[in-house]
Order: sequence, then C-alpha cells, then structure tokens
Amino acid sequence: MDKLVVEKLDLYYKDFKALKNININIMEKEIVAFIGPSGCGKSTLLKTLNRMNDLVEGCRITGHVTLDGKDIYKDMEINMLRKRVGMVFQKPNPFPMSIYDNIAYGPRTHGVRGKAKLDDIIEKSLRDAAIWDEVKDRLKKSALGLSGGQQQRLCIARALAVQPEVLLMDEPTSALDPISTSKIEDLVVELKKDYTIIIVTHNMQQAARISDKTAFFLLGEVVEYNDTEKLFSMPMDKRTEDYITGRFG
Amino acid sequence: MEIINKHTLKGSLKSYRNNPFSAFLFLLVMLATVLSFLTLLFLVGYILINGIPNISLDLFDFTYTTENASVMPALINTLIMTALALLVSGPIGIFSAIYLVEYAKRDNRLVNVIRITAETLAGIPSIVYGLFGLLFFVTALGWSYSILAGAFTLAIMILPLIMRTTEEALKSVPDVYREGSYGLGAGKLRTVFKIVLPAAVPGILAGIILATGRIVGETAALIYTAGTVAQIPKNLMSSGRTLSVHMYNLASEGLYMNQAYATAVVLLIIVVIINTISGVVAKKITKE
Repeated sequence: MDKLVVEKLDLYYKDFKALKNININIMEKEIVAFIGPSGCGKSTLLKTLNRMNDLVEGCRITGHVTLDGKDIYKDMEINMLRKRVGMVFQKPNPFPMSIYDNIAYGPRTHGVRGKAKLDDIIEKSLRDAAIWDEVKDRLKKSALGLSGGQQQRLCIARALAVQPEVLLMDEPTSALDPISTSKIEDLVVELKKDYTIIIVTHNMQQAARISDKTAFFLLGEVVEYNDTEKLFSMPMDKRTEDYITGRFG
Repeated sequence: MEIINKHTLKGSLKSYRNNPFSAFLFLLVMLATVLSFLTLLFLVGYILINGIPNISLDLFDFTYTTENASVMPALINTLIMTALALLVSGPIGIFSAIYLVEYAKRDNRLVNVIRITAETLAGIPSIVYGLFGLLFFVTALGWSYSILAGAFTLAIMILPLIMRTTEEALKSVPDVYREGSYGLGAGKLRTVFKIVLPAAVPGILAGIILATGRIVGETAALIYTAGTVAQIPKNLMSSGRTLSVHMYNLASEGLYMNQAYATAVVLLIIVVIINTISGVVAKKITKE
C-alpha cells in the first residue's frame, strides 16, 4: 500500500528551483534510500515530507504530498503530521536535559501524563533503538554526556517515543564512526518491521545494504527510482550508472 | 617517570629566543593581565582596608541620625529598588527579546529599528534617564521623589540591556534544538518555553546580573527621581536613597568619610552575594 505519495512537486528557495517535478510513491514498511551528490535536493525533499521546510524563509512549494491519501499541506495539522512522520537529523541533537526527559519530551508534548505510562514508553523506545542496556542506569543523567553514536540512537529513540508511522533519516550516520554506523544500520533494518523509513545517505554501500528501494537524485530531479537491487546492478539511466560506479559525485 | 610535556616559564621563554617579536608580544599580554589584576586588587584592598575598621553594629541601626550615619535604610532601599526595577523590566525585556528572536521574521524592518533603538538607549548616560524620570514620573505623573519613580526610571534604563543580552542568549541556542522539537510535533510556544528558554538561562542571568550591577551602582538617575531621604521608606511613594546615593551624599558632605568607606564595603559584599546566588541558580537550572 502506498504510504506517502509525492506528485508533481516543485520547490523554490527564493528564485532558485531546488526540486523539479518530483513524483515518488513510498510503500508502507519499506526502506527507501535517497542518494545523489551534495546539493542535489535529496535532503530538501526529505524535509518537505514533514514540512520542516516551512521553517525556511523564502521557500515555496507547489504540487501534492499525501500521507495515507490525505494532503499533508492542506488537510493535516502540522504538529500532527510531525508526530506521524518523525525525523532523525544529520547531527545528533539531543536536548540539553536528562536522557529520560529527552525521550519523554515528545510523549509529554502529545499529552501523555503519568509516571508509569511514561516509564513504559521510555523503556520501550530505548530498547527499540538498541540503547537501553547502555543507558538504563543513567536515565537521569544529561544526554550530552553520551558518545556521538549513543546520542544518535537516543535521537532515534526520541523519535520513536511519539509512535510515528514514518521515520525520516537525514544522513544519520555521516557524523559517526564505523562501529556506531553499523549499529544504526542494523537498527534501521530491525525497525522496518513497524515503520516506513526514508533515509538520505551519501554512502552508496549503505543504501545498497539496507534499503528496499533507492532514488537517485541529480540537480533537483529524480533521475531513477527503482528496487535497490535493480538500480545498483542494472541502472537504466546512464547518469545513474556513472554515479554508482564512481565516475562523478 | 619524568613528565615530558611539562610547561614552564623558562621553557616558553626559551622557545621565544629566535623570535623577539613573539617574545615581546608575550611579555605585553602578560603585563596587561598583571596590570589589570593588580588594579582590581588594589581597589578592593583599598576599600576593605579603609572600610572594615569602620564597620560597627551601630552602622546597621534601623534609623539614620546625624550622630549615627546608619547604612541600614540605604541597604533596605537598595534591595527594594533592585527587586522592583528587575520585576518591571525583567519580564518585558525577556519577552520582547523572545519576540525579536523567535517570532519576528529575520530581516524585518521593524525589528531592526527596535534593535538600533535599544542599542542607542543602552549607550545613553544615566543622568539623561534621571532627567526624564524627573520630568515624567516625578512631575508629570505627580509621584514626587519616590522609590516608585526611581524604580521605574531604573527599569527603563536597564530594559535595553536585558533585552539585548537575552536576545544574544536566545540566538546562541543552536537551531538544531528547535528543529528537534518541531520534528517531534511540538508547537512554537512549547519549543520556546521548554527547549530554547531553559538553554538560554545562563546568558539571560548574566544580563540580569549586569543589570543588577547598574541598578546598585546608579546615583545620577536616582538623585533626581528617588531623592535622598536617608530613612526606611513608609511606602513606595516615599523618597529613599540607595547605598550608592548614600555613599555619594556622605562623601560629598565630607563629614562621614569613614562611614562612606564602610558603605562601600557593604556595597561590595552585596554585589558579590548577588553574583554568587545567580551563579548557583544558573547551575541548578541548567543541570535539570
């Protein structure tokens, strides 16, 4: 079933057209990778899916984006959209508060009260993000004392705590070491059971390892969108082939 | 085992042997540091040496008489004045900074005008504020020389300071915190009050400490507005002098130089106490 559908989407930053006629369907409980050289628009598209671009001044969008058939720019309250479509950012960005409060922030925002209830959510989210064992004895300690890899998994746990349906990940491992990266990759594959995941990555091996489908972006356009296996083994477009074989990018 | 990366003055001087200009700069910055530290040390030492012997129990009597130039009324006035001025100007300054940073568009013309106005106001000599207070609060509003007129004058005086420091504090909160909060479906209000403000608290408190310093140290603006009555005020409409005004009067009359020094010590201690408390509060808030 189609979870997210993007139709005829154009995006401008002031006069610069950053995305050109984007059409993409994303199925439920799939991992989709966005690849392409820097500045090709992949992060920009990701941010239109939970309307983070609304924060950017001078950003204009035309076209349609629907979540379960409902237009996210017209028929949906923005905070509700962001609850359903969670986001993990490029650089780990835990809030300057305790690990517990970091995770509890989202649920509290959406009206969850009561210690027992919150405790449950926090344990479950941290377990799902594969970081529970490392932090269970220091939940009241500041989240800023964790290593970069732990912080990023904490941010994933924080995103999971509001029970989203879709998880957007903007180069979540670009600031991490190889061991943390592989932990997060394993985690993403694990999370596929329950979530639809869209991941922007610069690392083509990463896309090939974990995603079901891959979209290749170039200069604001989707050049090719296909099953990951096909895209990497038999690219249809010459430009895709050039990119994945490392001839440019 | 011998530590091989130990820093010694001799070692660093040696490394400058072939580089006389660096050596000269090094000595220059050292000299500047030593000079500024010595000046401060001398000042504090001078006040303490002259003031401490003159501190006595009589000095803390609740009434001021010509025989006993008690500092107590001025001390109480100072505390009331500080609290009132901060109470008026703190919320207004902080909220307007929140508007400028979080709500107004980045290159809005109105915002720039407000910013320039605030900067200009921050640079105006305090006596100008005093004159304004005299004409507006004391005369036009008919509050006469009063604690209230003084506090409002000071509130206007420190408003741009609090606004600007809060603005800087809010701006220094990384945008990734805001994005993280919005990304979880939190609205603007919640993001500002639960994420941005707590992270900016140390900077905001630093501004309030600076403002407190200006209030406690102010004389010119107060002589015109709060007057110089040396008694504990009956209510906010009574005149009353703060410690600095008290000191100014004692010293200019020339009859109570010893008490003036003692007052200086009291003032010094109060400022140290206020700064320490704010530091502790800031630490506590950021830890939680």
